[in-house]
Amino acid sequence: MPWTNEEMADEVIQFFKPYCSVNLGIGMPTIIAERITDDLNIMIHSENGVLGVRGRPSQKTVSPTLINAGKETIAIKAGASFFDSSLSFGMIRGGHIDYCVLGAMEVDCKRNLANWMIPGKKVTGMGGAMDLVNGSKQVIIMMNHFSKNGAAKLLSICNLPFTGLDVVDIVVTEMGVFKPNGSHFEVLKLAQGISSEDLKMEMSILKN
Amino acid sequence: MKSSNSQNNSKIFPKVFKDATSALFDFKSEMTLMSGGFGLCGIAENCIDALTQMDVNNLTVISNNIGNSGRGLVKILVQDKIKKAFCSYVGGNPDLEVRMLNKKIEVELVPQGTFSERIRAAGMGIRAFYTPTGYGTLIAEGKEVKLFDRPCILETALHADFAIIKAQKGDTFGNLWFKETARNFSPLMAMAAKITVVEVEELVDVGEIAPEDIHLPGIFVQRIFKGSQYKNEIEFLITED
Repeated sequence: MPWTNEEMADEVIQFFKPYCSVNLGIGMPTIIAERITDDLNIMIHSENGVLGVRGRPSQKTVSPTLINAGKETIAIKAGASFFDSSLSFGMIRGGHIDYCVLGAMEVDCKRNLANWMIPGKKVTGMGGAMDLVNGSKQVIIMMNHFSKNGAAKLLSICNLPFTGLDVVDIVVTEMGVFKPNGSHFEVLKLAQGISSEDLKMEMSILKN
Repeated sequence: MKSSNSQNNSKIFPKVFKDATSALFDFKSEMTLMSGGFGLCGIAENCIDALTQMDVNNLTVISNNIGNSGRGLVKILVQDKIKKAFCSYVGGNPDLEVRMLNKKIEVELVPQGTFSERIRAAGMGIRAFYTPTGYGTLIAEGKEVKLFDRPCILETALHADFAIIKAQKGDTFGNLWFKETARNFSPLMAMAAKITVVEVEELVDVGEIAPEDIHLPGIFVQRIFKGSQYKNEIEFLITED
């Protein structure tokens, strides 16, 4: 059975060390904020200018000026701080953020990432992704394994424009956990009942 | 020319203005405008509304999202007042994406950290800087590459004629205090523009904000007014209950 989004989030969380700092990208990774337990003492960073995100506000405490990078309302925990965008990206570019978790359109075994545009069809923009992949100590990709037309998004080389070169450390999909090593995707773990064939990846880039 | 005159004037005029229209009296077509806010959080609502009523066009606008979901700067985008935009993120702004794909507007996408640092650099007198962000991607095309510990690209400062920003609280000298995550790009833009127009929800006398609580010193602010009728819209309301 492929993992649910919650189970994928829990797989990502297993990489985090206690007392680390984590930036969560827009989309799928935001669910991680709701599943990190307090005992890990993790400081969640959101690049719009907050360190110390903690889940969601109540209807009583919700504030239009307290949001994450996905423009969703959030809550903060004790020890949190607010700052401007330059300081926020200084934390990222300066190497002060331990992990970032981003969604992706494509990842390849050379550790390259593509997640910001489909030429002629779709432009979402890179937002903070290009800074995050070059600045964070570890880059974890959390994404659906297959594109809408059913093809695997883990490739020998990305077809779409790059977000960053040689930057991806770990890929978590609903099918398993993978580590791109420059020539292959090492399979670190597969969801229960999933076999290599189910991954629909080029067999030459898969290393069990 | 016009803008340098206004800059001189602003040093002798008192900083406090009546409203957005009076504070933007000399904002003209062809100018470069910075607009604070992240999505709709912390945007200068009164100034944007005033711009919709002004006869200005061919603007260059520097703003992270150029509005969102039909709101904020999208109001002047759909009036075709913007010739060129600098931003980092288009997702959530279909009006911009369509105009971009149809080449009705020139858009320079800038990685968000590079975007904020280019703006900060302008205000700080830094002409350019090297960063690894964007190396090996489309945004590096035509830019100088230099190898430090790893390859970096040269990025230049981003200046503006005007900045329109919103703060929760400001005093008559222009010292500002921002609420929660509404600070984002605003203090940086205030430093980078020749004329910074600030709208605040609370306008107070000098001395009412403690010096150590001031997020942006008033030296970077040329004009300030008390805004009204704030919507403070939430894009995605998610609560635990």
